[in-house]
Amino acid sequence: MSTPALAESRTRDGDGPPLLELVDLVTAYRLRGGLGRSGAEVRAVAGVSLDVRAGETVGLVGESGCGKSTIARTIVGLVRPSSGQVLFEGRDLAALPARELRGLRQDIQLVFQDPYASLNPRMTIAALIKEAWRIHPGIVPRDRWDQEVRSLLDRVGLRPEHADRYPHQFSGGQRQRISIARALAVRPRLIICDEAVSALDVSVRAQILNLLDELRRDLGVAYLFISHDLGVVHHICDRVAVMYLGKIVEIGSKESVYLRPSHPYTQALLSAAPSLDDWRDGGRREIVLSGDVPSPLNPPSGCRFRTRCRLAQDRCRDEEPTLLDRGTGHPVACHFPETDPS
Amino acid sequence: MTRDVTPLLEVDDLAVEFDTPKGPLRAVRGVSFQVDEGETLAIVGESGSGKSVTAQALLGLVPPRARVTGGRVAIEGRDVTGLSDREWQKLRGERIAMIFQDPLSALNPSLTVGYQIAEMFRRHRGLGRAESRRRATELMVQVGIPDAARRLDDHPHRFSGGMRQRVMIAIALALDPRLLIADEPTTALDVTVQAQILRLLRQRQRADRLGMILISHDLGVVARAADRVAVMYAGRIAEVGTVAQVYEHPAHPYTLGLMRAVPALRDGGGPLVAIDGQPPDPTAPPAGCSFHPRCPFARDKCREVEPEPREVAPGRSSACHFAEEVIAGVHTGAR
Repeated sequence: MSTPALAESRTRDGDGPPLLELVDLVTAYRLRGGLGRSGAEVRAVAGVSLDVRAGETVGLVGESGCGKSTIARTIVGLVRPSSGQVLFEGRDLAALPARELRGLRQDIQLVFQDPYASLNPRMTIAALIKEAWRIHPGIVPRDRWDQEVRSLLDRVGLRPEHADRYPHQFSGGQRQRISIARALAVRPRLIICDEAVSALDVSVRAQILNLLDELRRDLGVAYLFISHDLGVVHHICDRVAVMYLGKIVEIGSKESVYLRPSHPYTQALLSAAPSLDDWRDGGRREIVLSGDVPSPLNPPSGCRFRTRCRLAQDRCRDEEPTLLDRGTGHPVACHFPETDPS
Repeated sequence: MTRDVTPLLEVDDLAVEFDTPKGPLRAVRGVSFQVDEGETLAIVGESGSGKSVTAQALLGLVPPRARVTGGRVAIEGRDVTGLSDREWQKLRGERIAMIFQDPLSALNPSLTVGYQIAEMFRRHRGLGRAESRRRATELMVQVGIPDAARRLDDHPHRFSGGMRQRVMIAIALALDPRLLIADEPTTALDVTVQAQILRLLRQRQRADRLGMILISHDLGVVARAADRVAVMYAGRIAEVGTVAQVYEHPAHPYTLGLMRAVPALRDGGGPLVAIDGQPPDPTAPPAGCSFHPRCPFARDKCREVEPEPREVAPGRSSACHFAEEVIAGVHTGAR
């Protein structure tokens, strides 16, 4: 596996044990087959190792179907891993008894793209937040609930006197603040943001990104920040992992990956990402990928990206590249990485 | 740009209202712009800004509860306000075409893609089956659908999102329209596929000297794909200018706010400057400038008098009382 490379990318950030560690994680879905037969297996996450340290923000980027949301769902226990491990402070979540697991679950919270879908429309904001304390007793004593609700709302930039309103009485950005308040209610150490700002308008998105930054600074919470938006990830993350078809193809510090992308897919992704400067002609090269992402049902042999890669050679068909620092400054899963693309 | 020829599209003081239980909602409030052949005008704005309703009005397709309450729209010099449904149908497809965010809902799932493209030639041009099919295949090749002759007989669900949008572009371009209206054409697509579609649109537009209106919420997409840009806020155009003018020196505080709120892809990483507050309730807009409650530069005049769009430089207009100050005091390049 790719542990040497990972160890390397890890030491840069200090020596303590990681808060979250994924070890060669595989999550597969079985498609429904006809007439009682079981269908084909899709490995949505096909062997991913990744860690997040306390107080750190790690970005997970990639296009639809790359497996990034499945990773989120696996970490919080919505789906079971097929193999590999999800470790929280060194403890394997899959091996824990239910009681201990519940305790750990409160340390990891998930914030989704669409807050409206995840907030019960019949509950007031106060009730939604208190519900978390019913599920996880012992965090806040009951006689302090009202006070704590008000301080949480204030914390995320909502007006405490709105605690008795319902979700539909708020705008999209305010609803996302409610989701964040609810996540914070159980005092998590890690928040997984799955496209958490993707549905928001630009001006509101900036408000939420600033709020997330502030919470990290003040509360030391860590984020696994899943997004298709490379600008947003660049803004908020310390480290970035780029995924393609269920695997990490490149991982490193934000500066290293954005300034010296070495995997041809990362290069294409960065070149395709629209930016405010795009009206200035020249300056950046445009790499337009041909075709679509292959089906995860039947991924290409060898390197999964080779069918769309402008650098592909025979070796890429025959041998799967591992995630290694290949003189690129950070680990990259490519036989022929470019060390100095620009 | 010479102005002695009739512009392809001229929109003058367009107004659209919705009937709501809370009373009339003025979704578009006096919008004016023009589009020349061979150029792309982007209309950029956040949800509720009126950008999509504007596009619908240009196509004679405002939703049932809405109506055009004022203004004039001229296509190739011809006033199209008050056309009958029949006349609109002829105009759409032949002179104006459109593509939307979600091609799957615009395509008929039970008909093959080839049939749906060929239908344009059969219905509007009266061509026979074989000839329509031949033209459909040609178009599919032009919009970059691999293996076109074989894929002609596939149904829409067999195509990926990007390929479906190519099919929509083929249908839109079938009758050689002069104006293409693209409403968030790449919003549902992955970023690498988005780059493919934007490139295709640019190629087709240049080859055919098409005029294009690109409706988008994404300032990066607009920077990449448009020649000129109109920024909409609360049903009005805050400013219009070339992309270079608007991006380098915004002439409206709202534009300036948007630019500072977008995280940069490379340099920087300082805190984003968010625009405080929310867009106004469109059924109860504030007095004066509709942006004043969120504007860091607002003064008394802004709370009392709604600014009218005015020319602040050649080819450039702004609906801000203090546009000159905004232009002069700004260095967006720094972030």
